[in-house]
Amino acid sequence: MEQDIKFIDDDGKRLDGRKYDELREIKIEAGVLHRAEGSCYLEWGSNKVVAAVYGPREAIPRHSQNPLKAIVRARYNMAAFSVDDRKRPGPDRRSREISKVISEALEKVILTEKFPRAAIEVNIEVLEAEAGTRCAGLTAAGVALADAGIPMKDIPVACAAGKIGSKDDYGKKIGGNIVLDLGKQEDNFGDADLPIAISPRNGEILLLQMDGHLTLDEFDNALNLAIKGCNIISKIQKEALLQKYQVDMEVD
Amino acid sequence: MSREKREIVIPSQLLGDTNSNKAGRGTFIEKGKIYSDRMGLLSKKSDYINVIPLKGRYEPIEKDFIIGIIEEPLSSSWLVDINAPYPALLHTNEVPWDVEFGETDKYLNRGDSIMAKILEVGLEKNIQITLKDHNLYKIRGGYITNIEPSKVPRLIGKKGSMITLLKKYTKSRIIVGKNGRIWINGDNDNILKALQVIKKIENESIYYGLTDRIEELLKKDSKDVQ
Amino acid sequence: MTLTSSIKRDYFYNLVKNGKRADGRKFDEFRNIEIETGFISKAEGSARVKIGKTQVVAGIKMDIGEPYPDSPEKGVMMTAAELIPLASPDFEAGPPREDAIELARVVDRGIRESEVIGLDKLCIVPGEIIWLVFIDIHIIDFDGNLFDAASLAALAALFNTIVPIERMRPNLEKLQEKNPSIKIYLEEHQKDYQLPMNEPPISCTSVKFNDVVVLDPSLDEEEIAEVRLTVATDKNGDIRAMQKGLNGSFTIEEIKKVIKASIDNGKEIRSKLEKSTGN
Repeated sequence: MEQDIKFIDDDGKRLDGRKYDELREIKIEAGVLHRAEGSCYLEWGSNKVVAAVYGPREAIPRHSQNPLKAIVRARYNMAAFSVDDRKRPGPDRRSREISKVISEALEKVILTEKFPRAAIEVNIEVLEAEAGTRCAGLTAAGVALADAGIPMKDIPVACAAGKIGSKDDYGKKIGGNIVLDLGKQEDNFGDADLPIAISPRNGEILLLQMDGHLTLDEFDNALNLAIKGCNIISKIQKEALLQKYQVDMEVD
Repeated sequence: MSREKREIVIPSQLLGDTNSNKAGRGTFIEKGKIYSDRMGLLSKKSDYINVIPLKGRYEPIEKDFIIGIIEEPLSSSWLVDINAPYPALLHTNEVPWDVEFGETDKYLNRGDSIMAKILEVGLEKNIQITLKDHNLYKIRGGYITNIEPSKVPRLIGKKGSMITLLKKYTKSRIIVGKNGRIWINGDNDNILKALQVIKKIENESIYYGLTDRIEELLKKDSKDVQ
Repeated sequence: MTLTSSIKRDYFYNLVKNGKRADGRKFDEFRNIEIETGFISKAEGSARVKIGKTQVVAGIKMDIGEPYPDSPEKGVMMTAAELIPLASPDFEAGPPREDAIELARVVDRGIRESEVIGLDKLCIVPGEIIWLVFIDIHIIDFDGNLFDAASLAALAALFNTIVPIERMRPNLEKLQEKNPSIKIYLEEHQKDYQLPMNEPPISCTSVKFNDVVVLDPSLDEEEIAEVRLTVATDKNGDIRAMQKGLNGSFTIEEIKKVIKASIDNGKEIRSKLEKSTGN
């Protein structure tokens, strides 16, 4: 089946009409929940995620406390109805791994030394999944953290790049295209997926995973492309945060 | 109608450098540059660049007056919720009563509210509070509401102008804790009115001219106050 | 466990004794209800319901499976609810606690016992293959009255559900070898179609504190409630499900009042549901 799909045609159009360096449509809204101290609702292509932040508050159980700084606990979870075949509720190994790498990314930018013995809890719920949920989740988490007033050095942002369409009509590998922000089909049948998260202020890499096969050159291209994507999305995050306070007050 | 508001900054926003300014609240320094570490309002005083957070837990400072809610009576102390990242400890030595060991629940129980003061904040952020002062006591009656701790100065106003206005027109006793908890005592209608106005002040704290607008609103609703 | 100041409890007790609620509502008045359907395209059906600030998302997924031995020609429904940590500082991650389980079971019974879903129309091969309907409820923002919000979200999502013939066709065709009767089913059902549904019961929850009963409790009211009663009523005003919760008690008079309030509000909520799902 893969051989029948032309992931990118001669005019440079991908399956969904995007160019190689085009992102799917992204919408971000900050402060959407009432109970959470900070929150964010994010749509990225067909991905729909909600992120909520609680804390800083005393870490429980006691033995998990770090006397020098706050611990950051991100919990990434997919709703049962978020995928084609219903997913059994509860964390599976994939969710736990994603939770871990997101926690580590967030820890780097949060000023955790200000809150010894405390925990900052970030909950990411994927309501609808369409490739790239960990990037969507981390991006939403960044906005939720800023919304909660958690002291941070930067607002983290994530994006992925990958390689597609590298087989000829006989199924032989011939080369490929590095594209930004893989869609569902591209992720399923592509040759590599590189999700990253950065601290946009100084370009530091906070999260990096690679799945597939890339030459050194291809990796360079993909990384640069993903960073470009991150910078574009960073602007959208910042607009969403300021938008919350832009609402005009009613005249009494 | 759009109103003038103070400048809002976001985390990682560049605000200045250490050559010409000093880094104040809500900022951090990296390679000689001063950045905001939070969503907040930019405030420049003398050479200090400060960011007043729009949201966030109360950060306890010694001598602050706060309103706490008892979480748990322990054998010779109480754990108290003060809207900070950590609960505070009230030791039996720091109350005006003679409390026997294990009898703490006879004086203060889970859910009781107190007017207290921050005594000490330790290195690991262990917070100790006290009830030993003439204006500190166990609260009875009235209602307790919350606002963002960072908006407390706005609620109080310059030299108490805002809070005095509120007390006058709602004919209620209103006491504001630095931790964002507010105690209101009066009849139910007045309490309700005070709650509405406090909510409005909290929502519009970023705009200029708030005190005047609140005064107008209060005057409109009151008929018999001079 | 949320810490409620006793002052807050006293204030609320005082208010109700004077005929008032903190948010200005009447004792038998619901908060504003918003229903939105179909916003999750991956799910066969979905809905988002807001009652005041409480927000619940329900998603319906369907699959093919085996029937229960005692009902060989009926589809199977299953309900799960998650009080995800997103929704409240008091919700912990981990396996569902009793509240989540009670919630799921009450919502499930309300739908199952009143036969809202046309399960008898979800048979593919009698005794062998039927449709499975999974109802998954996610609490997103918790401000009181999860029972009603969850029930309504589940119903709205179900009314929005399309039986996914097209998505499941490959799976069904694979099974045709062993079960030639599938061919007949596929010929009769060539395209996706609306999940067969019947008249829904509407759930209304009340709580009591200081001897006063109020409908649709806000979070503050739930925190000081001594006892809770959920009543689901149908179009004819008949009672289809009831659940008492918490460790207080009701008098018979109070129960009758709650039933009446449920019937009255049930009518309004039912028409809201019909409007939003186009039924």
